[in-house]
Amino acid sequence: MADFLLEIRRLRTYFYTYAGVVKALEGVNLRIHEGDIFGVVGETGCGKSVTAQSILRLVPNPGRIIEGEIIFKGRDLLRLSEEEMRREVRGKQIAATFQDPSTFLAPSHTIGEQLRDIIKANADDPKSFDGKTLTERVVQALDKVNLPDPERVAGQYPHELSGGMRQRSMIATGTSSTPSLFIADEATTFLDVTIGAQILRLFQEMNRRDGTTILIITHNLGIVGEICNRVAVMYAGQVVESCATDELFEEPMHPYTVGLLSAIPRLDREMEELEEIPGTIPNLIHPPEGCRFNPRCRHAMDVCREAQPGMFEVFEGHYVSCHLFDEEGEDNE
Amino acid sequence: MSDPLLSIRDVRKYFPIRQGLLQRTVGNVHAVDGVSFDIEAGEAVGLVGESGCGKSTLSRCVMRLIEPTSGKILYKGEDISGIPHGEYWRRVQMVFQDPRSSLNPRLTIGYSVGEPLIVRGASKEEVRSRVTALLETVGMNPEHFGRYPHEFSGGQRQRLLVSKALITDPEFIVLDEPTSSLDVSVQAKILNLLNKLKRERDLTYLFVSHDLSVIKHMCDRIVVMYVGKVMEAAPKNELFEETLHPYTRLLFDSIPKPGTRHEREMMGQEHIELPSNIDLPPGCRFCQRCPQAEERCSEEAPELVEVSPGHLVACHHAG
Amino acid sequence: MTMSQTEETGRFRELRYSFHLLLSNPVSTVGAVGVAFLFTVMILAPILATHDPIAINLTGRFLPPSGEHFFGTDHLGRDIYSRVVWGARISLSVGFITLIEATVIGTIIGLIAGYKGGWVDSVIMRITDVFLAFPSIILALAVAAALGRGLTSVMVALGITWWPLYARLIRGQTLSVREEQYIEGARLSGAGGLRIMLKHILPNCIAALIVQISMDVGFTILAAASMGFLGIGAQNPSPEWGLQCASGAKYLVYQWWISTFPGLAIFLSVISFNLLGDGLRDILDPRLRRG
Repeated sequence: MADFLLEIRRLRTYFYTYAGVVKALEGVNLRIHEGDIFGVVGETGCGKSVTAQSILRLVPNPGRIIEGEIIFKGRDLLRLSEEEMRREVRGKQIAATFQDPSTFLAPSHTIGEQLRDIIKANADDPKSFDGKTLTERVVQALDKVNLPDPERVAGQYPHELSGGMRQRSMIATGTSSTPSLFIADEATTFLDVTIGAQILRLFQEMNRRDGTTILIITHNLGIVGEICNRVAVMYAGQVVESCATDELFEEPMHPYTVGLLSAIPRLDREMEELEEIPGTIPNLIHPPEGCRFNPRCRHAMDVCREAQPGMFEVFEGHYVSCHLFDEEGEDNE
Repeated sequence: MSDPLLSIRDVRKYFPIRQGLLQRTVGNVHAVDGVSFDIEAGEAVGLVGESGCGKSTLSRCVMRLIEPTSGKILYKGEDISGIPHGEYWRRVQMVFQDPRSSLNPRLTIGYSVGEPLIVRGASKEEVRSRVTALLETVGMNPEHFGRYPHEFSGGQRQRLLVSKALITDPEFIVLDEPTSSLDVSVQAKILNLLNKLKRERDLTYLFVSHDLSVIKHMCDRIVVMYVGKVMEAAPKNELFEETLHPYTRLLFDSIPKPGTRHEREMMGQEHIELPSNIDLPPGCRFCQRCPQAEERCSEEAPELVEVSPGHLVACHHAG
Repeated sequence: MTMSQTEETGRFRELRYSFHLLLSNPVSTVGAVGVAFLFTVMILAPILATHDPIAINLTGRFLPPSGEHFFGTDHLGRDIYSRVVWGARISLSVGFITLIEATVIGTIIGLIAGYKGGWVDSVIMRITDVFLAFPSIILALAVAAALGRGLTSVMVALGITWWPLYARLIRGQTLSVREEQYIEGARLSGAGGLRIMLKHILPNCIAALIVQISMDVGFTILAAASMGFLGIGAQNPSPEWGLQCASGAKYLVYQWWISTFPGLAIFLSVISFNLLGDGLRDILDPRLRRG
């Protein structure tokens, strides 16, 4: 099998809160190939954002990564020192944008100033830049994200820009160093539909033009369906299904995925009533025994209440974590 | 033919922009700029558009939370500005979008849901029995009468807001993005509940949302707004099959849909932002972004005309 | 169908968490202990005092601290320890009563200003500015001149100088709460201005009020003592702390105990309430709460 750009194995991240230990990620497994636009999709509490934070080792207090391996280009990121993460990985090889750029763009500095700082910080020899080269690089970075009139934007403050432009600026700060992996966490959630569409187009361009692998984290299955070639569905801290996007929509296997797809109102077909998945998202401090989806699953068997299912490869490249597929596939854990 | 239940006639709402020491009005934000359409009894009409289109402002005018700058709104043929607030808010109610702030965190949900009755002088017993009955109707445990909002999940709080809207037995309900902050699986339950209630109680809905798929599922007719004006209005299926306005077309194309994994045809949209409602040039609001724009479009604003029964469009190329 | 994470109801768990936060911070724990101590002294004064606080004993004047008189005696032979203990009631109550006045007046005015807005708000705010500009001491002198000296004058004067702070605070809270969606919801229920102000807005101001009050108690006690020190407030033979400091001032070099102990009492009170106030603010600040 070809090498993966990023492989996550048995990742467990817990949050130690006053109310108890929140088991946010309980054994996450993911494989992303170079050149993928990979989608991680799920509802509240599924752990998709925590996964992104774990990759960058930016899990906020009181969270901690307990176990697992995050292998990026052959190196386990969890074994690197903080210094190495900062100097070599974050912002350089792996960059990210989050749903609210306002919290990541300093309000007191212009976009240009912030970009300058980042370009200098990422350079091998910061002193080698003179003012003119730096300005050129800033304008280039802003142009790459399709910002109109980049020189003007460079001189503006974040609050003077619209939501879409702020998001692009944030993406520019991440891509100024042409990272291998770009993580977009709910990048279009706060944007209007037509503006969000432009951002999605930008991601596709980054992927095609620079070969950047994109990891899209979203709750919106439509986004995943449109621009991602592979997708992983997460539920309550685990990956329940992972496959090529077309297969997800045409042949969903995991009962949760099936339920989810039937719950979404579709533009292309008429639906009398939307499917309701009974029950609610589990409490992650006291998650259900066995498979975390079992209380809500109409196919639940005894084994589901006792043991967590492994990851089974049902067809080539199509993985499901469900006891229903135990006989059919091999245990690929 | 009887009067439509609600009739919006050329409503405008401008917000003044004040500057300087003396707070002089230097301009206006044209939040709603001449909107007209009708809602028939028993219908579910969807109001869709992006930021700045005016749908929220318009819904608040319909609810009489703000007064229009000009224009009229008629309820069953009567000008609503003539109806006493208490009476109007008995017959017309609203379900808000809930992230945390639609229920007072310091008051029990029993009070919040029952307030419309309490204010009108109902006895404690009556309030309690009506509220608990409604809690059951929306699928919640009536014993949670004395609990506080933070003890409930987002989906449950949304059900509480629905109960509150129903407690005076209204005929017409405005729903402002009621499921936008909810997870997909929770949204499904709320939408199903809303449909069930509409059938059982013979309600009329004005459903405001930015999510076209939800609107398509819930509504019979759809009104598309852009920067304060109606661009197109039509029965649901006709809007999708015979789309006439370029903006509606753009809106449809922008919605991420599975199975369209090709690089989108962006219609030259890469760099365009949503225009502001302040310095409005004459002519069509959409002309700067419109692929079919001609000179006429930037000079003359198109009228909203009925091109086929029930289908209205404001575009020079569709008339 | 509920979301409670534990068996306890949400409110109880929050209370426990608040307590935990308060006690986990050593600084505010000290404050809490100090305040608890002060209240104990206030309540148990009759039991804790060893002598009659106003009994004059001209044979036992200027006695230094000893086993018989823990804090010594003053220029009239009165036992200072007992005077300090009994003085707690006076000084602390003046502080509280002042705050109650200020809170009540300020809240009413702030609610109206914040809710009505427009010219009502502007007018009220300008009046508030005028009052804020008055130094409390000058005002107290004026009030004392009008009403005569005594604790009543002090409480009136302090109330007048303190209410603008609360009016501003409540107005600010009102302005932000007014924008919340549940206020719109309340309007749609048919609730009128009064109901909205009292039932919806006021409960949401309580947290900020508690924080402000706890921070101010120390200062009102200090202000009352200052008035006493200046001779405007309590009059002889009252064991009010400020007055005691004043009477002992001329003996400070040789009979230091006369002023020092009441002074320490003031210090202890102010600092305990301030520390407690800091702790309360941290508890009630939603951003600092975790879990």
